[in-house]
Amino acid sequence: MVFLGGQVLPGNVGRAILGPFADQRAVDALNHSLGVDRPLLTQYGSWIWNFIQGDMGTSYIFRSPVAPFVLDALVNSMKLAAVAFVLVVPIGILGGVIAALNLNRPLDRIISLGGLSVTVLPEFVTGIILILIFGVWLRWLPISAAWPKDAGFFMQLYYLILPSLPLFLVLFGYIARMARSGMIEALDSDYTRTAVLKGLPWRTVIWRHVLRNALLPTITVIATQTGYLIGGLVVIETLFRYQGIGSLIFTAARGKDFPILEAGILTIGIVYAVATLAADFLYSVLNPRIRLGTDQ
Amino acid sequence: MSSSETIPDNTAPRGPWAEVFFSLLRSPTFLVGLGIVLFWVACALFGEHFAPYDPLADDIINALAPPSGEHWFGTDQIGRDVFSRVIVGSRDILTVAPLATLLATVAGTALGLFTGYFKGIVDDIVSRILEAFMAIPVVIVALLAIVALGTSKATVIVVIGLSFAPIIARTVRSAVLAERELDYVAAAQLRHESALHTMFVEILPNVIPPILVETTVRLGYAIFAVATLSFMGFGIQPPSPDWGLSISSNYGMIGGGFWWTVLFDALAIASLVIGVNLAADGVQGALND
Amino acid sequence: MTETNALELHDLSVAYRVNGRNRAVLRNLSLTIGQGEAYGLVGESGCGKSTVALTVVRYLPRNGSITGGAISLDGQDVMKLDAWALRRARADSVSMVYQDPGKALNPSLRIGRQLTEIFELGGVSGQAAEDRAIAMLNRVRISDPKSVMQRYPHQLSGGMQQRVAIAMALANDPTMLILDEPTTGLDATVEAEVLDLIAQLRQELSASILFISHNLAVVSNMCDRVGVLYAGMLVEEGPTDRVFSDPRHPYTVALLRCLPRGGQRKDHGRLDTIPGFLPGIGATIKGCAFADRCALATDRCRTELPPLYELDDGHGGIRLSRCHYHEQAQALPRATPSDVAAPARKEAPAVLRVEGLNKTYASHGHALRAVKDVSVSLRPGETLGLVGESGSGKTTFARLLLGLVPPDEGGTIELEGKTLAPRLENRSDDQIKAMQIVFQNPDSALNRSHSIRHLISRALKRLAGLKGAALQARLEELVRSVRLTDRHLAVKPRQLSGGLKQRVAIARAFAGEPRIVVCDEPTSALDVSVQAAILNLLADLQSKEDVSYIFISHDLGVVRYLSDKIAVLYLGRIMELGPSENVFSGPHHPYTEALLSAVPKLDQTETARIRLDGEIPSATNPPSGCVFHTRCPRKIGAICEEKEPALAEAEPGHTIRCHIPYAELARLQAPKQPVPA
Repeated sequence: MVFLGGQVLPGNVGRAILGPFADQRAVDALNHSLGVDRPLLTQYGSWIWNFIQGDMGTSYIFRSPVAPFVLDALVNSMKLAAVAFVLVVPIGILGGVIAALNLNRPLDRIISLGGLSVTVLPEFVTGIILILIFGVWLRWLPISAAWPKDAGFFMQLYYLILPSLPLFLVLFGYIARMARSGMIEALDSDYTRTAVLKGLPWRTVIWRHVLRNALLPTITVIATQTGYLIGGLVVIETLFRYQGIGSLIFTAARGKDFPILEAGILTIGIVYAVATLAADFLYSVLNPRIRLGTDQ
Repeated sequence: MSSSETIPDNTAPRGPWAEVFFSLLRSPTFLVGLGIVLFWVACALFGEHFAPYDPLADDIINALAPPSGEHWFGTDQIGRDVFSRVIVGSRDILTVAPLATLLATVAGTALGLFTGYFKGIVDDIVSRILEAFMAIPVVIVALLAIVALGTSKATVIVVIGLSFAPIIARTVRSAVLAERELDYVAAAQLRHESALHTMFVEILPNVIPPILVETTVRLGYAIFAVATLSFMGFGIQPPSPDWGLSISSNYGMIGGGFWWTVLFDALAIASLVIGVNLAADGVQGALND
Repeated sequence: MTETNALELHDLSVAYRVNGRNRAVLRNLSLTIGQGEAYGLVGESGCGKSTVALTVVRYLPRNGSITGGAISLDGQDVMKLDAWALRRARADSVSMVYQDPGKALNPSLRIGRQLTEIFELGGVSGQAAEDRAIAMLNRVRISDPKSVMQRYPHQLSGGMQQRVAIAMALANDPTMLILDEPTTGLDATVEAEVLDLIAQLRQELSASILFISHNLAVVSNMCDRVGVLYAGMLVEEGPTDRVFSDPRHPYTVALLRCLPRGGQRKDHGRLDTIPGFLPGIGATIKGCAFADRCALATDRCRTELPPLYELDDGHGGIRLSRCHYHEQAQALPRATPSDVAAPARKEAPAVLRVEGLNKTYASHGHALRAVKDVSVSLRPGETLGLVGESGSGKTTFARLLLGLVPPDEGGTIELEGKTLAPRLENRSDDQIKAMQIVFQNPDSALNRSHSIRHLISRALKRLAGLKGAALQARLEELVRSVRLTDRHLAVKPRQLSGGLKQRVAIARAFAGEPRIVVCDEPTSALDVSVQAAILNLLADLQSKEDVSYIFISHDLGVVRYLSDKIAVLYLGRIMELGPSENVFSGPHHPYTEALLSAVPKLDQTETARIRLDGEIPSATNPPSGCVFHTRCPRKIGAICEEKEPALAEAEPGHTIRCHIPYAELARLQAPKQPVPA
């Protein structure tokens, strides 16, 4: 199903861009001999074909091929996203699990309400506040994410901590909340009762019987968060002056540099589709009901 | 038959909506959230009457003054009083975000009802399109739309409204799909009710709770989105004292230590979204009881 | 005393905290189960049966707490156990099996793993644990344990899942086995198998049993002693056969009278009912909990809580009854008069005639024949009972009749001589109102957003075409005819009890003065006392309005009470069709025979036991020849596998789909039938 969605996806993105722009920007497009006189679909088709071959067109502003820009930016964004993800997935799940195990006790209220509150804060708000605290007042961390030219792995990581934190906060509440509700459902289930009444130690009940069933839905949620994450990147990369795909799209949109804009957004679409497919795959591997189907 | 006299009145004292109302009043989360939201609504409505300065009046001599007895939150780069701007800054966001949410709710509910009720191929196609649409982050949709259509409050409302509509439609659709399997829908068909009657009179009242929850949650995200767009320069335009916009025009200077030009606006946005979400959480709790 | 009791509850009180208040669920409950004894606990929903089970194993819901009393399990005080000792007790001495085995097993672990972990607790692991798991599965009569070990729960049928759950419960050789509605929700033939298994295991194992059920007949077959629970209190206790044959508490007396049994039929008389409602959870009860509903109650009953009187009925064994007037209990007057004017049978043309109806669904690329070649006819004022297990197609058949799903091409449905369009939308308003339905679950059938007044008025407006004063007048009449009052009109469905909701659904179905009402398991979600009232109501309405019913139920006693004709369905085919009495008394189709034999009976007079092997086959891949041959105990040979028998006339109006000639069936079944007096 998601595969189908992924198939339709780039098409829609492309149409969303091409539709409104084709009229307004016809002159520019003509100048760049894109061949606007051809039917839209043909145009779109050849663009996609070129994209697949690695030719993403030529930037209006930089007067040079788009592909290197987009690929560099993608690598940078992935570094940032990876830091946020590596932090948030285990901590978010842990938070949700701890909250569920302490249901309705103060610890649960703190994690739930705290998670809920940080999730809804716009990234630039948390970003600003974090910059003020760690960058301006405490001066522990750099306020820009643009690391020096020959920075090694750890130096890059050092520069990425502050920008990844707002993303972390947005995702934390979401993941923790899903993990918590999955846990509550699993803890209340009949099979958990069966396991407890077998006389199994509490640790075994949680590890073997509860966690696996509880966290299955969370996996899907994490994948759908890729979309949010990309939106967040646009803001964060701008705020921290970081050369990623988000800031590239932002700059392209401001400068009306359509080849870069189109390529950037199609890239995002592909990343999203791949992430969703991966989650589907993981889900079906972990869930015997899907893996094995029903009777026989 | 004799049993007629003996069926006692075992009716519950209050209707379901009254119970929701009373359980809202018992929820501290909801009350705190509501309090914060009402505070900002009051500021939006009457702010200029108790703001100490004109939020738009510049005063270059006193530019970038740190917080003091005179200017509680300091002044910005052209000397405008930050405190007054923060007080009045909620006005635009509190107009744009609720209108966008309303648009999203109406469009999303209609879409969700139709796709859920008619199932089949129409539903499949529409759902695929909505799914694809939801994959694109709001910020990027907005970016594109605003590049194409130009910046105005109306654009922001439409963009956010239409971006959120599929999310609400998805919630409504799954609720409608569940309702559709219930026998009262078959009973309506056995009375030859029209599809519109079945959708709007039979099914809609039963899917109001999830719509209400989704709407309150979306309002929080609409504020999130409006603030973000303003910060990116694609939302509310100068000279509005809007919070996101103020942060956008001042954050370049925080390296220089002028923290007061952005901190109070950031805290104001934070308090508003948290307030809306605490209220939403309360609503959700009350409806799920 | 030389040996400790397996379980002793002493003055046990349990409460649930709801909206900040503690509401009593169990009130000073005391009972004792001896070593090796099977004790049955019966009662209607909300009486606290399951709470007893969960309290014994200390697994109450988060809002539940023990507010007083003591529990002693095999001599151990359960309430004093610390976490470790409680875990040991659960591992070593007490096990539990409950309803819905599909949920009780972990969906993401293989059956083998779920069994071996129990042995690992006892220090047996690896191959040894595997071997013991296989032995355990053998013990619960699973024929291919090795392959079952490798499966996940969703790959097993409901009956198999419950066997696995029982195997898990018995794996640690517990001294106390708690069975909480272990067969509720299973098909009749599967239920019979599981009950047989439990009975056999009782012979082999030493465990004492606490058997909790709403079904009196099941308990009467399985248990030595029985306790009757009402509003969290024990109202009567004693040896099972004595309690059920000679009840000494008005509640037990009334409960037994509600059950349609011994071939009771609507034209013989009405069922008795219990007026009023169970006291709500947490209600303050002064005096006897049953006093409000008891025709024998005096002022003393309303003020003074009766103790558990110890009785002697001259048969030995201790009997208890919580009634001041226990010696008069059986003099309880009927709440509902039994007498009924037998309607004169008229010879009228059929109101409904169904010819060659088929329905095929596409299921994952396979054709699923949900209904195959069904033909029936029905006269005015007559009831056709549809009987069959899951997958038999009875509900699909009802939906085809109503036009909610279109049948395959070819078949015809005639209503009062006119052919009905296959789809609901193409039927006329008159045809629509002439055929209505009462659904199984009123919570699903009544729109919860609308008031009762709206629900019934809307039906009157659309079906009867009434407005204004005429509608009001008819509304009042209709409401009275289902024995609701004006008070009930203003409320929403969820403010009414299950029985009252079903009355609203019945009123709605009768709004357009229908010729036919389909009743799809209308009482299966209700307690027996409420069920009796609904069955009476349906019978009354039928004799008054001359309406015909298509009555679907898995409960043969209920079907027999209301039906004039019976159709027995199996995998979408009619296996037997005939007058109700002939189908029940036989000779009948081997499947009918097995179904009847599977029903647990209160009086334990059963002589022949016919049990079916295996599972109900999938309708996507039905067996060749006679679809029943895979499970038929009377299969005669290759012909059954090769050729599907026709529905042949056995006697006038009675047809059977079987290769065995009717006379031969009569001979085969005769010796095992009790001779009618």
